[in-house]
Amino acid sequence: MRPFTYQAPADAASAVRAVTRDPTAVFLGGGTNLVDHLKLGILDPGLVVDVTGLASVEITDLGGGALRVGAGVPNSDLAADPLVRERFPVLSQALLAGASGQLRNMATTGGNPLQRTRCVYFQDVTTPCNKREPGSGCSAIGGWTRNHAILGASAHCIATHPSDLAVALAALDAEVRVLGQDGERVIPFTDLHRLPGDHPEHDTVLGHGDLITAIDLPARPIARRSAYRKVRDRASYAFALVSVAAAVEVDGGVVRDARIAFGGVAHKPWRAYRAEEALRGATAADDSYRAAADAELADAVAQDGLDGGNAFKIPLLRRTLVATLRDLAREDA
Amino acid sequence: MDSEIGLRVDGTPRRLTVDTRTTLLDALRERLGVTSPKKGCDHGQCGACTVLVDGRRVLSCLTLAVARDGAEVVTAEGLAPDGELHPVQRAFIDRDAFQCGYCTPGQVVSAVGMLDELDRGWPSAATGTGEPELDDAEIAERMSGNLCRCAAYANIVPAVREAGR
Ligand SMILES: Cc1cc2nc3c(=O)[nH]c(=O)nc-3n(C[C@H](O)[C@H](O)[C@H](O)COP(=O)(O)OP(=O)(O)OC[C@H]3O[C@@H](n4cnc5c(N)ncnc54)[C@H](O)[C@@H]3O)c2cc1C
Ligand code: SF4
Ligand code: FES
Ligand code: FES
Repeated sequence: MRPFTYQAPADAASAVRAVTRDPTAVFLGGGTNLVDHLKLGILDPGLVVDVTGLASVEITDLGGGALRVGAGVPNSDLAADPLVRERFPVLSQALLAGASGQLRNMATTGGNPLQRTRCVYFQDVTTPCNKREPGSGCSAIGGWTRNHAILGASAHCIATHPSDLAVALAALDAEVRVLGQDGERVIPFTDLHRLPGDHPEHDTVLGHGDLITAIDLPARPIARRSAYRKVRDRASYAFALVSVAAAVEVDGGVVRDARIAFGGVAHKPWRAYRAEEALRGATAADDSYRAAADAELADAVAQDGLDGGNAFKIPLLRRTLVATLRDLAREDA
Repeated sequence: MDSEIGLRVDGTPRRLTVDTRTTLLDALRERLGVTSPKKGCDHGQCGACTVLVDGRRVLSCLTLAVARDGAEVVTAEGLAPDGELHPVQRAFIDRDAFQCGYCTPGQVVSAVGMLDELDRGWPSAATGTGEPELDDAEIAERMSGNLCRCAAYANIVPAVREAGR
């Protein structure tokens, strides 16, 4: 690890200025991903700017059912918040499905969606990886692909985004409040993360020095009946193989509306617009849920791999979506 | 780059100069001689380094010491300041909740933090719609961040249940 200077500025504007000025600078949230990356040699910053002292730790009721979550709110506090649990149960469930009690106490609302892929080749600096070192190649293609993408991958990167929180935020039409050198702006959460394309080194649309100050949750009455379902290799403390965040509104045996996002299957939390479209007006029954899954997964591509590949994820995700919708619709009946 | 920080460790104020790269775990063990937090993985994957920082259980291996200037740190040693064992420590002994003991300080501190979270009514992935209760499923889920290579789980769960009563 190269020596670095540590700063804890008093306000957000100073933090943005400090990072913008120094191309090697990074923001520090809870540190649960960043400190790991310093140790692994993935990052080599000259300046670490701690934003935990200046970031808001407030969850504010914006009225009408909407909430604003400060970037400094720890994951555990967000998961336990009574308003979050009542209005957006999927958000609380997604957080509680992730990491461990200790990690959730440290991890922040701003840092969690910006955690980087758990692709083992990305984390191993001795192997080629286009995300870590653009142009060096992708070691995962034809390698160990169990944890890799089935949707939206490119010839340059097949990594998945590991955050559970991000999947719920994508389903909930959340908005990200960002402070950059040119002032404040608001980004729809579904536009925050990118697909890898030719530039897998960019996980998100944020520029250097862009600071997340808060995440807004717009009023979504449908989200009161929502759930997060995560499938993984052990019962707890493991990243998703596949996951589903869903909210449905059922009336008279018919699905009126739905919000769905997938985790563990793409470079970004995958908002399942096609599945939502297929569900609107459909009978609330397994056949409809399967048809919705098929609509969304029509373009899914499995990866071969030394570990047997990840073709299992396509039927697994289909079944996970069907089971999630079935449970939610039953509750709503 | 060096930085001077102050920590209150197990009730005692300490001042030290650390390189900014130093984790809280290394500061405790290598600089202050507080060796109850253990280095299992050093990557946030095992829980052996768990300590309480300002009352919350966290992983000291992923915490930069410089970022915790002024913090109150409690390790497993600090749970028994005058040799009087904490109820969680007592229960681990009564229930024989360890074999080699390497994960134990982390397990004990984690259980103390976890019981406090439960008192505050925090839910876990094992909690249904009602208030959380300290059953085996809740204990396993809430303690999942602490791995035991000896697999003493069969005794750790009853120890935590007993301490939580
Ligand atoms: C063993 C282990 C298991 C885990 N399991 C899961 C899991 O199952 N599910 C899951 O979702 N996560 C899991 N995690 C990941 C964990 O949730 C993330 O590391 C955490 O949420 C990151 O938040 P942080 O505040 O610690 O971010 P940091 O590590 O501090 O930062 C992460 C990134 O965000 C940037 N950043 C931080 N704050 C801001 C801000 N306000 N504005 C702009 N940039 C910012 C940093 O520069 C850095 O690039 C696991 C982690 C570990 C170590
Ligand atoms: S999948 Fe992406 S992150 Fe993994 S090795 Fe390939 S380029 Fe790197
Ligand atoms: S040493 Fe910190 S979690 Fe393993
Ligand atoms: S008692 Fe040996 S690792 Fe837990």
